[in-house]
Amino acid sequence: MLEIRWHSRAGQGAVTGAKGLADVISTTGKHVQAFAFYGSAKRGAAMTAYNRVDDKMIMNHEKYMKPDFVFVIDPALVFTTDVTINHKDSTKYIITTHLSKEELIKAQPRLEGKEVYTVDCITIANETIGRPIPNTPMLGAFMKVSKMYDIEFFKDSMKRILAKLPQKIVDANMVAIQRAFDEVK
Amino acid sequence: MAFDKMELNDIEVWDGNFAAAQALRQCQIDVVAAYPITPSTPIVEGYAKFLSDNYIEGEFVMVESEHAAMSGCIGAAAAGGRVATATSSQGFALMVETLYQASGMRLPIVLNVVNRALASPLNVNGDHSDMYLGRDSGWIQFDSYCPQNAYDLNFIAFRVSEDHDIRLPAMVHQDGFMTSHTAQGVTTLTDDAAYNFVGDYKPMNDMLDFEHPVTHGVQTEEDWHFEHKARQHNDLMTKVLPKIQEVFDDFEKLSGRKYNIVEEYETKDADVCVVCLGSSVETAREVAGEMREKGIKAGVIGIRVIRPFPFEQIRDALKDIKAIAALDRSSPNGAPGMLFNEIAGSLFNTDTKALLSGYVYGLGGRDLTKAHLVDLFTELQANVDAGKVTTPLQQFIGVRGPKLSYL
Repeated sequence: MLEIRWHSRAGQGAVTGAKGLADVISTTGKHVQAFAFYGSAKRGAAMTAYNRVDDKMIMNHEKYMKPDFVFVIDPALVFTTDVTINHKDSTKYIITTHLSKEELIKAQPRLEGKEVYTVDCITIANETIGRPIPNTPMLGAFMKVSKMYDIEFFKDSMKRILAKLPQKIVDANMVAIQRAFDEVK
Repeated sequence: MAFDKMELNDIEVWDGNFAAAQALRQCQIDVVAAYPITPSTPIVEGYAKFLSDNYIEGEFVMVESEHAAMSGCIGAAAAGGRVATATSSQGFALMVETLYQASGMRLPIVLNVVNRALASPLNVNGDHSDMYLGRDSGWIQFDSYCPQNAYDLNFIAFRVSEDHDIRLPAMVHQDGFMTSHTAQGVTTLTDDAAYNFVGDYKPMNDMLDFEHPVTHGVQTEEDWHFEHKARQHNDLMTKVLPKIQEVFDDFEKLSGRKYNIVEEYETKDADVCVVCLGSSVETAREVAGEMREKGIKAGVIGIRVIRPFPFEQIRDALKDIKAIAALDRSSPNGAPGMLFNEIAGSLFNTDTKALLSGYVYGLGGRDLTKAHLVDLFTELQANVDAGKVTTPLQQFIGVRGPKLSYL
């Protein structure tokens, strides 16, 4: 079982990202689950989304999770929420930030001693898609860190999932995914 | 046909709401009258979008309340159409008056109920308060545990509901957010296979059959009211479960997916067993498997059909179990829980010496964790070992503050 927790603000696309990732993984024969905590969330409110991936049918519907990966797609959430909650020794963090890894850990000591990767998904999204929607770049970074799939396979899959969007937006997302893949440290 | 068909992948990653909306498309619903409410909104939104994109020949009626939504459905069904809608929580509560009209008029409407807590305090998350509110309304109630069930049970509901021996409305329940907004793999049917399974709708006593005029929604006083109610109850008690079994069998032939009126998991040699509803059934199954690795013979019973209540099937499924937990996700507000009562009723007058205890859990979407269920199975085993219920008969799981227990 692979488990992922997303930290996002409502409107940044964490749910779409989690469902998109589930969709790609499902085509490879694995079982998937993607869900989120909503509450009466307003746009901009901190929220979490989740993925589960397994070789067998996923029967677990509990919301509690000790994640293998934590994705933080808004740079401020590292400071305003505890992104390390329910940490286990093997948990890996991919965090959107303009800071270097060292600067980030110094600013948020909770990340000390943890496996942290950084990538500036907000800037990448702004420069490619033209809007601060950091969900698809985060998945590009995840492909690099996890080595889950070949990046070309992943981009082709995402093209299919994003197909209802205008071609220009789809193309921009592909650039964003590739840039995050290349830039994550 | 004047509408477009949709090519689906064999497995689509859908949440429970979209799975239900796709099923409504494939059933070619003539009329959806709806007043959207969280978390069921995407079901009727989905139908409306499929309709405007020419995937359905039908009509979407926007109304001013859920009371009007069900009233619109009743009118359309009485006129002779295939009719469905969706609601949750406060909307369901506002519909209640008309639910009894629908079932009393013997109109085969399918209502997708995305289960959500009832105010006050206001809460949009999933529990079974609205589902329990509907249980005396004369409707058939199917319960989904995951998005695949929410898809499949819609087809099954139409087949059962529209059968001329049945002619009773049916609810398809799914857990708010835990199923409705959780995307999982759903194995699809093709449009043709799905529609052929449900078949063309054949109305009975429809108002628009001018050759055979009929009256709907009549008044009966003490002269006939009891006979009508007795006949409806009779059909629920004697005809519905055999018909559901027949349709489950046909659905298995079509899809390979087997549904049962009572879903038993590892119960054959079980000492301890949890009985529950909704997405909790699947989590409990996973934990039961883990308990068996620890030497506790654990089983799970999920109830697939809540109304009519499968009294005999439950009695048979539980007859050799030593300790049973009934899990209710709705505040009983001054009584043991619904499942506790129904199970106690099923087992009374039998030879079983089963130890039955009740638990209230998960109100307002509070998480039921695997750790909770491990504790629960462990407690049931302690009851078996002691030969008596070692705890109060009613306990609360997962509520903050001092541990609550009664009876």
